[in-house]
Amino acid sequence: MRRRAVVVMAWSALGALAVAAVCPFIGGSGMDYGKLWRGEGPDWGIFVNLRVPRTLLAFLTGAVLSTAGALYQALLRDALATPSSLGVTAAAALGAVAALALGPGDEAGFPVVWAAALGGAGVVITLVAALGQVKRFTSFTLLLTGIAISGICTALVLLLHSMAGLTKAFQISHWLMGGIDAVEYSVLGWLALVLVPVSWWVLRQARILNVVSYGEAWAVGRGVDCRKITWQGFAAGAVLVGTTTAVTGPIAFVGLIVPHLLRRILGPDHRVLLPACLFGGGAFLVVCDAISRSVLAPVEIPVGVTTALLGGPFFVWLLWSR
Amino acid sequence: MVDGIDASADGPGLIAIVGPNGAGKSTLLDLIAGQKTPASGSCRLNGHEAHSMPRAALCRLVAHVPQLVPGEIPFTVEEVVLTGRIPYGRGLFENDEDRAAMESALRRTRLEGFRERRFSALSGGEKQRVLLAAALCQEAPMVLLDEPSAHLDPENEAEMWELLKELKAAGKLVIVVTHHLGLAAQHCDRVWLLEKGKLAADGVPCDALEAGRLERVFRVPFYWHQNAEGRVFLTYGR
Repeated sequence: MRRRAVVVMAWSALGALAVAAVCPFIGGSGMDYGKLWRGEGPDWGIFVNLRVPRTLLAFLTGAVLSTAGALYQALLRDALATPSSLGVTAAAALGAVAALALGPGDEAGFPVVWAAALGGAGVVITLVAALGQVKRFTSFTLLLTGIAISGICTALVLLLHSMAGLTKAFQISHWLMGGIDAVEYSVLGWLALVLVPVSWWVLRQARILNVVSYGEAWAVGRGVDCRKITWQGFAAGAVLVGTTTAVTGPIAFVGLIVPHLLRRILGPDHRVLLPACLFGGGAFLVVCDAISRSVLAPVEIPVGVTTALLGGPFFVWLLWSR
Repeated sequence: MVDGIDASADGPGLIAIVGPNGAGKSTLLDLIAGQKTPASGSCRLNGHEAHSMPRAALCRLVAHVPQLVPGEIPFTVEEVVLTGRIPYGRGLFENDEDRAAMESALRRTRLEGFRERRFSALSGGEKQRVLLAAALCQEAPMVLLDEPSAHLDPENEAEMWELLKELKAAGKLVIVVTHHLGLAAQHCDRVWLLEKGKLAADGVPCDALEAGRLERVFRVPFYWHQNAEGRVFLTYGR
């Protein structure tokens, strides 16, 4: 198993690296590769300051969203559990929109939006975990609860949007569409500082998540503290989703499509699946972002629209073949 | 629900917990396994409160095979058996010691030919053997089994009881919940008879499973028989 896990991890890392290396060259505006090679403007500036950070942001976001999806599916032992279906994404969006709408000035800073998104995700995942453990809700009931929470959060987001002034309303609309925009390298640095250690912790739980997926009775008898791993896993997922949502807005279906596709190809062992989700999810969103900015160029489609158009049919197919 | 049970056990031994449906057999097993917290009183393992022990330490002491395990586990037999090694380390991969314990457990349960088979594709009896193998892989001095022969045919059931006796001979304390009073009488050296959550009898099978007591507890007549070779049998029915 060790050899297989290492081989899959190496190949998925190489594949993701190849995708991340190629996609910055794809875009709506044509690029003079000669100028780029010589480091001359404006192509060099576009490449270094727009395309590369955008690719890195897409990679980080896709990687953690699909890892969070695989994590929630393992903890709840349900193939349909994702940050979106549990209401975490919508709650993070509500937090972020509240910060954008109610914050002073025209534009809320990243730390404020991040803290608010993290707070929203944290509140909802605490509620879901408490319902699961105190009220002994099944995963099916928790998913129904997540759908209800998503509905409430969406209604509150619309309320805040309608009450916001013109500038803020535009800002909220743009953010809600879910997009990968060029960000400063310092923001990428902050994101990596939070997301890399949390993702590493999730990968380290792979063997425990395998046993958890057998059912609580079996896992407890093998020395796994199910209550503790559930709380820790839910918290880790909330940090991953809340942090990326603060920057990109809600991006649906990544946490559903990537883990399911990879599970079908690689099997259910999380020691293989989680690293593959990390690299595969990153590569998937990088490709979606490249499609979004080039397919209708010069018009740019928000990446959330592309993932939803790919993910929606996949979701229906999943229900159909379940 | 169990109430006022006062009993202790020391290994090696093979103890059967018997009683009607709802008598509290599985609850008692869960209390011993540290998976339930007693509302009052205590359940101690080696002097420690079972439910408050660190889980890994508890599972190095007690291997518990529950009654209900999902049948759709999408892993191979080898992978299921290796879950018994979780209490020994939280690394991502198994070490040589883990694999040696797995090989031994597969051999003892005669599952060597099944190692690459998917658990979900096995019959009920084969699944039960795999779960027992995982418990053996745990190398705990105490093994608790909740109705382990529920899905087994007579041949596999007889094999399982022989295996439980082997475990006892290897120095383990084996406690098994069963509805097969005859087999409990035949193989176990002690029986805990439960009735409505209370301990109705605790002793060697021929005493604890006395026919009059069984008739009172189960509300059906029981009969002890002895054949020409001196073997005793327990039957029931009107």
